[in-house]
Amino acid sequence: MEKQLTINGHSKPWKEGMTVQDALHLMNYTFKMLVVKVNGELVVRKDYATTVIPEGADVMVIHLISGG
Amino acid sequence: MKYQQYFCERDPQAFPIWQKAVVGIAGAGGLGSNIAMMLARAGIGKLIISDFDVVSISNLNRQAFNLDQVGFPKVEALEQNIHRINPYIELEMHDLRLDEDNTPQIYHSVDIMIEALDTASAKAMLIESFGKHFPKTELICASGLAGYGNSEEIRIVRCGNLFMVGDQHSQLVPGIAPISTRVMIVAAMQANLALERIVWKNS
Repeated sequence: MEKQLTINGHSKPWKEGMTVQDALHLMNYTFKMLVVKVNGELVVRKDYATTVIPEGADVMVIHLISGG
Repeated sequence: MKYQQYFCERDPQAFPIWQKAVVGIAGAGGLGSNIAMMLARAGIGKLIISDFDVVSISNLNRQAFNLDQVGFPKVEALEQNIHRINPYIELEMHDLRLDEDNTPQIYHSVDIMIEALDTASAKAMLIESFGKHFPKTELICASGLAGYGNSEEIRIVRCGNLFMVGDQHSQLVPGIAPISTRVMIVAAMQANLALERIVWKNS
């Protein structure tokens, strides 16, 4: 069976070495400001390209919109 | 007026917990000023509020300020307005722009933190700062509140200690303004969630 991860509740194919940046690309999330959590741990923007996502991880991506 | 008169009708279970609570609010604009007023009315013991801006005419369609406060620092005007309603609450006001260095200094003692900042980059800075310095402190943020109508799209998304209130898509593009009703729905949901989480953590 194909290996999976979950992004915002959707099951997606997981690949060895997959980074947060790869996951955002996979989901077509091009919005500039995001909050990304992998298994509940915050990943800061500068680490998107270097943070590897483990198999079966629960990834949450929240869009940050200006206004307050 | 006595303290007992002011607070005697409050919830006997929740009120003593709220009285001991310290709530941080980052920003005193559309969200922050209204959140502060609501939490002061509810009976929170102490608020720590920061904002660098002054009250302008264009703020009055949604922010908790008055015409005669235009030109004054928002934190100063808000302190006056809160104390005119609730003289018993303790307020710690900071007239400054939050950054990576001052955020952990100002908000190190809060029981719960509310993000009420304007720009997405400022919101990201606060979330990253709390993730780094206070990962166990619950943080209630807002994202997506512009325009009017569509109340049912505004929801709360939780991820660990981070709560996000808003529709996560309504942007402040030309022609779409922040309107009092939708701003106050988000503000009320943030404040209401803070009250709920404070009680939950202490019972």
